Amino acid sequence: MNMERQLCTFFLEGLFFGVEVEKVQEVIRYQEMTRVPLSPAVIAGLINLRGQIVTAIDLRHQLGLSARKSEELPMNVVIRRDDGPISLLVDEIGDVVEVDEQSFEHPPDTLDGQRREFIRGVYKLKQQLLLLLDTEKAMSVVGTRPA
Amino acid sequence: MDPSQPANQLTNAMDGMDEVIKEFLVESNEGLDRFDHDLIALEKDKTSRELLDSIFRAVHTIKGTGGVLGYDKLVSISHLGESVLSRMRDGVLLLSPPIATALLAMADSLRHILEQIASSGQEGDSDCSPVLQRLSDVLKEAPPTAGKATAEGVSAPPAEAPDSDGAPRLGEILITSEQCKAGDVQAAVQLQEAGDPRPLGEILVDNRAVAPAGVADALKAQIEHHDLSSNTIRVDVGLLDKVMNLVGELVLARNQVLQFTGTQEDSSFLSTAQRLNLITTELQEGVMKTRMQPIGNVWNKLPRIVRDLSVGCGKRVEVQMEGAETELDKTIIEAIKDPLTHIIRNAVDHGIETPEVRVARGKSPDGRLMLRAFHEGGQVNIEISDDGDGIATEKLKAKAIAKGMITAEHGARMSEREVLNLVFAAGLSTVEQVSNISGRGVGMDVVKTNIEKIGGTVDVQSTSGKGTLLKIKIPLTLAIIPALVVSSGGERFAIPQVSLVELVRCEGEQAGHSIEDIQGASVYRLRGNLLPLVYLNRELQISPAQGAAQSVNIVVLQAGDRQFGLVVDDINDTEEIVVKPLSKQLKSVPCFAGATIMGDGRVALILDVLGLAQMAKVVSELREKSLADHGAKSTDNPDARESWLLFRIGTEGRMAIPLSLVSRLEEFPVSQVERSTGREVIQYREQIMPLVRLAQAFGHAAIADSELLQVIVYSSHGRSVGLIVNEILDIVDQRVAVQHIQDAGALQGTAVIQQHVTDLLDVPALLAQQHLSSERAVA
Repeated sequence: MNMERQLCTFFLEGLFFGVEVEKVQEVIRYQEMTRVPLSPAVIAGLINLRGQIVTAIDLRHQLGLSARKSEELPMNVVIRRDDGPISLLVDEIGDVVEVDEQSFEHPPDTLDGQRREFIRGVYKLKQQLLLLLDTEKAMSVVGTRPA
Repeated sequence: MDPSQPANQLTNAMDGMDEVIKEFLVESNEGLDRFDHDLIALEKDKTSRELLDSIFRAVHTIKGTGGVLGYDKLVSISHLGESVLSRMRDGVLLLSPPIATALLAMADSLRHILEQIASSGQEGDSDCSPVLQRLSDVLKEAPPTAGKATAEGVSAPPAEAPDSDGAPRLGEILITSEQCKAGDVQAAVQLQEAGDPRPLGEILVDNRAVAPAGVADALKAQIEHHDLSSNTIRVDVGLLDKVMNLVGELVLARNQVLQFTGTQEDSSFLSTAQRLNLITTELQEGVMKTRMQPIGNVWNKLPRIVRDLSVGCGKRVEVQMEGAETELDKTIIEAIKDPLTHIIRNAVDHGIETPEVRVARGKSPDGRLMLRAFHEGGQVNIEISDDGDGIATEKLKAKAIAKGMITAEHGARMSEREVLNLVFAAGLSTVEQVSNISGRGVGMDVVKTNIEKIGGTVDVQSTSGKGTLLKIKIPLTLAIIPALVVSSGGERFAIPQVSLVELVRCEGEQAGHSIEDIQGASVYRLRGNLLPLVYLNRELQISPAQGAAQSVNIVVLQAGDRQFGLVVDDINDTEEIVVKPLSKQLKSVPCFAGATIMGDGRVALILDVLGLAQMAKVVSELREKSLADHGAKSTDNPDARESWLLFRIGTEGRMAIPLSLVSRLEEFPVSQVERSTGREVIQYREQIMPLVRLAQAFGHAAIADSELLQVIVYSSHGRSVGLIVNEILDIVDQRVAVQHIQDAGALQGTAVIQQHVTDLLDVPALLAQQHLSSERAVA
């Protein structure tokens, strides 16, 4: 059977990522952020999403990528969750892409350790590879490394 | 998409059914709670027809509705229960403890089945034969009565035939208000049944069984009842929460609009904003009210718990309640449910003695557990007291020393009150024998943490052998709170107003001098007392705002028993803030209680004062340090404005005690003084009241007695002590700055009152010194 699924895509340091469309509540431009002192370093801060307070996670930090330059403002991909939404900070938003399950492959063994656990697999698109993000992992915060 | 259409319709039909079942579950559970409550009340008042009817009605409703919905198990259990109850109504059975236990077991198994229905939609396959067996055993003991007339009681049996909306029937009202006899109503109903078309009231009036006015009154009462029941509706809590959230957002939007008004001069805009402000405030109050629930909702479950427990450990306990109608926000009601249950368990298990011990100690065999709730100063006070064994402070202290929580030397210096507060320390229990109910050394610390989590405080007072009193103070609501907004390092933080004591600002030159350093710890001299300082920037590891600060802003905060000064860059304003929880990713950060959205739309963090204090080590985890340092002055802020009673002892000793400790001022003729066990006593209000001559106690030269003795009566726990003074001078209402002195003994310190140096008497310490320490509990 030909299974198709829609992915909301975004870019992080040139890498092309995707998240299932159903999990995404909305995508919004940069929002002013309130830092949370003493919080784990992956937490970028809190944003006001129409009266709701949403924790923003710096995905670059989470995936072990280089830090974003201060003049580059991140975009928010807001992920729907039972206990309130969480925002993932990304560099740039891409299109919604329809992918074919047949083009799916598990992450190659050569992918480096830290990044590998956040990626559920790879879709082989014509032009490039699309990495499927494990949102639960991406939103998990371990330890209390002070910022 | 199309194929899903019929499925949708099907689920809609199911939803409709679900609604009915949901309502049945809610009503049945409420009915069973009432059942428990009323049954336990009935145990005390065995003849109350009203209670019996209410119990009967609860079971009858479950049987009826359960039958309609096809729940056979519910029906068979409640049917047997109903049979037992109807024999009780007939007077064949009298409620005895075994019967009550059997009926309560029935309620439990009904609850269990209801839970099953709620989770799986089915009754489940749990075995209910033990309960059925128990009920039929009860029935066997009492054969049914022969005559139908008595079995069915009055022809309009109140429980069996209430009007469909629950309003009582006319005949019922007439009988209960003693307007006419039950027999007359019965006769009238029989006439109706035989085809008489006249309404019941008319028949009764025609038969001269009742005065027309009586019928009119009864009809009015019935209509009022109708009105009452149609005036309330059931609302889903989820919906209320949603409305509350929306109002919270409206408050935020209002705050933003109000901030805008500062830069606008358009008068019509200003007046509209003003109106918006007022309406929002009123709306907020109204919505808050919908979330208020009487504390009785939680309390009602307690008599049952107490009964089960006391039967389990062979004790007799009577529960009394006062102020059950006191209202609290729903979230707070939920938050205090477990701590309350725990306190009650503790009181029954450890506090109240067995009847034999109680009688031997000269107490009534029935232990008394008192629950009180009342509003005071925007807070709710809950007091739980028992007249049991009290807390053995020496044992408690020994245990704490054995566990290494305090040193022996420290223990010796601790006041009674400090020792008592050790019950809240983790891992401490004085009970040698761990029962299955409590006494595992977890519990009271959890009680304290839970209450503090919702911004409350808990305090314990106890007299060994006499009983224990727990005082809980909690805020009315958590959702919208007044807060002080401060800024540090360019970020704003909100501090809940409840923790705020005062604000201190040191300008320029003064700032450098007034803050001193003790081996790296900064302190500030606040009216002679050292106030530990915590720098918010340092604690939160944020860089301070640019530019050298010209002044130092200190926010004096109360964290548990301790005060500390929080140094911030700037103090902004007070504001009503809407508390929003932090996501679980941030739960590891101890110093924030939540977040809120400010007038400009940005997020600000709410500081958790207690967490911050613990992080900064102002409050040590065990609290013993703070307790020891604070000494007998307890949480009362000695600098606070208070009324003081001034008196003279000896020829020139000036002393004062807080007026709040004085129960009465009396004059006694010297001739009334008698002696007992080497101490002067006097008969006072049918008690023997010990007397203490203050002049002698403080080594002042005794002066010849005048004819009349001036006595200050100090009472605690229903017992009184008379303090003999030489002259009552005055009552002053002023802020008193206490100078503490070393080895003050029974003095709290000294202060200047009315331009004279005055000693402040520490009554509990004095009584301890005078070996009247069983009176020490109230300080």
